[in-house]
Amino acid sequence: MDLLAVLQVSFAQMIGPSAIFYALLAIGLNLHFGYAGLLNFGQIGFALLGGYGVGIMTVTYGQPLWMGVLVGLALPALLALLLGIPTLRLRADYLAIATIAAAEILRLMFRSTASDSVTGSTRGLWGFAGPFTAWSPFDSGKQYNLLGMRFYGDDLWAMVVGWTLVLVLCGVVYLLSHSPWGRVLKAVREDEDAARALGKNVFVYKMQALVLGGMIGGLGGIFNALQTKSINPDFYSTAQTFFAFGALILGGAATVFGPVLGAMLFWFILTLPDAFLRQAISGPDPLISLTEQQVGAMRFVLLGILIAVMMVFRPQGILGSKREVQLDA
Amino acid sequence: MAPTVRLRRRRWASGFQIVLLLLAAVFGLAIGAGTAAAQDPPEPSPTGTTAPPADAPPVADDAVTVRGTLNNAGERLDGVTVRASDAAGEVVGETESADGGRWELAVPPGTYVFEVIGESLPDDVTVQSTVTRDVAAGQPNTVIFSFGEARSGSNVAFAETLIRTIVDGLRFGLIIAIAGVGLSLIFGTTGLTNFAHGELVTLGAVAAWVFNVSFGIHLIPATILAIIVGVIIGWLNNALVWAPLRRRRTGLIAQLVVSIGLAIALRYLILIFFSDRAQPYSDYQAQRQLQWGPLAITPVNLACIVISLVVLVGVALLLQRTRIGKAMRAVADNRDLAASSGIDVEKVIRFVWGLGGGLAALGGVLFGLSELGGRVQWEMGFKLLLLMFAGIILGGLGTAYGALLGCVVVGLLVQLSTLVINPDLKYIGGLLVLIVILVIRPQGILGSRTRIG
Repeated sequence: MDLLAVLQVSFAQMIGPSAIFYALLAIGLNLHFGYAGLLNFGQIGFALLGGYGVGIMTVTYGQPLWMGVLVGLALPALLALLLGIPTLRLRADYLAIATIAAAEILRLMFRSTASDSVTGSTRGLWGFAGPFTAWSPFDSGKQYNLLGMRFYGDDLWAMVVGWTLVLVLCGVVYLLSHSPWGRVLKAVREDEDAARALGKNVFVYKMQALVLGGMIGGLGGIFNALQTKSINPDFYSTAQTFFAFGALILGGAATVFGPVLGAMLFWFILTLPDAFLRQAISGPDPLISLTEQQVGAMRFVLLGILIAVMMVFRPQGILGSKREVQLDA
Repeated sequence: MAPTVRLRRRRWASGFQIVLLLLAAVFGLAIGAGTAAAQDPPEPSPTGTTAPPADAPPVADDAVTVRGTLNNAGERLDGVTVRASDAAGEVVGETESADGGRWELAVPPGTYVFEVIGESLPDDVTVQSTVTRDVAAGQPNTVIFSFGEARSGSNVAFAETLIRTIVDGLRFGLIIAIAGVGLSLIFGTTGLTNFAHGELVTLGAVAAWVFNVSFGIHLIPATILAIIVGVIIGWLNNALVWAPLRRRRTGLIAQLVVSIGLAIALRYLILIFFSDRAQPYSDYQAQRQLQWGPLAITPVNLACIVISLVVLVGVALLLQRTRIGKAMRAVADNRDLAASSGIDVEKVIRFVWGLGGGLAALGGVLFGLSELGGRVQWEMGFKLLLLMFAGIILGGLGTAYGALLGCVVVGLLVQLSTLVINPDLKYIGGLLVLIVILVIRPQGILGSRTRIG
């Protein structure tokens, strides 16, 4: 068994494009769950709209890429409004159920044969990332060596853009959470009635948080579409939301760097056993007999256990403070 | 807090209707015009990437793999010949579909006509037409065939279709209700929104499959055994996870997140230990429809309806007449008052979990038998979960009778929507109800205002 290879795969995941994707989703979720106390279980639906906003505008309607990016940001904001207006006045679990249902509805609609002419149904869309890679200073075909980890030029370019984006968003979240707006938002999370008694319009604050977080999720979708250069509806399954959720809880909700640290560590933690198992089943005489599918499923089992155990025993995650995450219905 | 909320809701009332329209517009954007195909796309692997099968035949470097799954209304067709010919009519490739109806052909890039050879099909199955497709490298090449009569021909009277759809809808609704009553009762007595309830459904169906296929027990006793297993799983769920969490005074939102974690872990454990594909029960596979005038139904589906009705009436009697049933309603209504009038709340909750687990297991078997064509599938519970939530919220979260009513309505809506929209979108109808009901009447049909705060 090649230990070094296993570690390299895991470290590559830590800084690779998928960590950026989940970091973006988790930053959005952090605004929802961490700062505003909203349960959004459909974050992947926002990402789906972001990604398809780009894909549909550029591939189906032949618009330039910047137009696609704008639509990819506007659609998640619209979805947040639509979901928020009915559910934000109700108890927290209604939003959870409505968002998970909306994400599933969106995925089913975009993969349906009925929408084939617009979304390409299960085949998805591709061939829209040209302008994005054209800006890249790196050579697409070449593999670059980064501390023993190899990345293609295009991935490296996506990583540079993605991590810059993540840092900028962290700055925005820092400024927001230390602004009067952020303080009211936390007050709403702690005690809605008290905030209302002070004359704050609780609904509007929650809605702003939902829209903003949803748009950041949409940005995640846009990033993913440009990085993978394709969109496939089945990538946007509900499980993805919970990857981001797991990352958020691990890193620490209601902290600026929690979601980013969580997304990096999360992939490291999940990839390590994954890579070990893959090595154990490979070769003519495998150590354990598991199929590729079963190994793939193992990371979901670990994810579920991680979410449940963290939530009970360390809800504040690595960076958070326990006082901030004592949520109650 | 309540009065302000009520006032403001009224002011928003017209806004809500605009929102509904917008909602329809956003979702409608995705539906273009298209033809109906009676076929699923190839199943995605859970990791999101499709690994090529290991036994793919060796092909020339420039060849492109074209694949598909032969699916005749849920029935996978294996041993069927698929042929590809070029523009000149020359055959460039031929293959036979494997287990699960999957097939693959490697051809050089170009335009081909794909056809299913009629003689290789089972007797009662016909294919609609051939498929012409540009095959190119670097893109997924999937060919979909439609079986049965083409949908354009309206040789079946609309009234007849309507009656069949309504019967289908009732059956589906009753199954959702069987599985969902437990979810509603658990919410009512403990306040927990249990996202892991779908896995109780899957576990029940899988337990019945294990007894039925692995141990060779007939499906009826196997189902009874599965219900017992379901009761035990429900009881264990409470004893191992939720009772300790209640003792720790974990918040309800934290419990909700824990239930999500539990659901994901259980779902993928089922995938690992059961199967990543749909597995059929060994009984009641080939079913002939019984015909009464315009009404046609298979014996299994008829049995599903009868069993569901009997069980649901039984549950209603239990709630209405027995001591434990009255105690359950009392706890759901006001936990503290129930406790102070001498009801052992924890005992009631244990009973509710056992009952919910057993009903979910039965619901799982019936769901597999009637909706999934006699098959068990690892994520069937999750598919049902969202519809259960839709039904329960429609009826009123936490009320037992409301859950029954709401679930039946959702089942009907899901099936009736197939009259208007593409069948592969049918679950969307049920889920849209969920969002619409939250807009119009969040307490549900039978729910009370105080619960939703």
